[in-house]
Amino acid sequence: MGDGKKILFINRRGPYGTIYAQEALEVALVGAVFDQKISLAFIDDGVFLLRPGQSTVGLQMKQFTAAYRALGDFEIHRVYVERESLQVRGMKEENLMEIVTGPDGGTRNLVKVVSSVELMDVIHSQDVLLND
Amino acid sequence: MLHTVNKSPFEKDSLNTCFRLARPGSDVLLIEDAVYAALAGSCFEPAMSEALARYSVFVLKADLEARGIDSGDLISGVRAVDYSGFVDLAVKNDTVQSWL
Repeated sequence: MGDGKKILFINRRGPYGTIYAQEALEVALVGAVFDQKISLAFIDDGVFLLRPGQSTVGLQMKQFTAAYRALGDFEIHRVYVERESLQVRGMKEENLMEIVTGPDGGTRNLVKVVSSVELMDVIHSQDVLLND
Repeated sequence: MLHTVNKSPFEKDSLNTCFRLARPGSDVLLIEDAVYAALAGSCFEPAMSEALARYSVFVLKADLEARGIDSGDLISGVRAVDYSGFVDLAVKNDTVQSWL
């Protein structure tokens, strides 16, 4: 993956109300397959995407957020969650979906909660930014 | 009158507009992304608590479950209803206003 571009997908909406986040995830997975350096950021209502315990049986919709768990297998670099967005929404850092990677037995959670200032650096270090 | 709202209060002003224009005593039903307004501990809680003094506020169960919100996460006073409860509210009220 030497010459892949650094691409950050910025998710700013929750699941199910709109199709944006689901589409972004699909494109991110395609990018990963083609050896790009993919990261995801969850900002604003996007933090609701990683809320555990989702069940779409009543809505009769696909629970696409379960596919975030597969991101580790696709060699996605990092998943960033903005702390300020969590706080405003009454969400706890320790109560987020885990995205585990590392087939060597040493598992690691890809999800990293960061401050706005840290996220600023992440955004400014990318080659390409894609927004939902 | 039944007022329904389907947008997140963190993204759009629909719910605030509903609370500004709905007559006290109205029923307000939160569906789709509007159910996030009922989450306890968010910055929207004060506005919701104030609204609960004037309105009966309901949230649609299927939308809560899809978003991983259980009854323990709700601001107290907000009532969860299923789809037949939605129908009951629509039948009980003469008119329905959808704040989109």
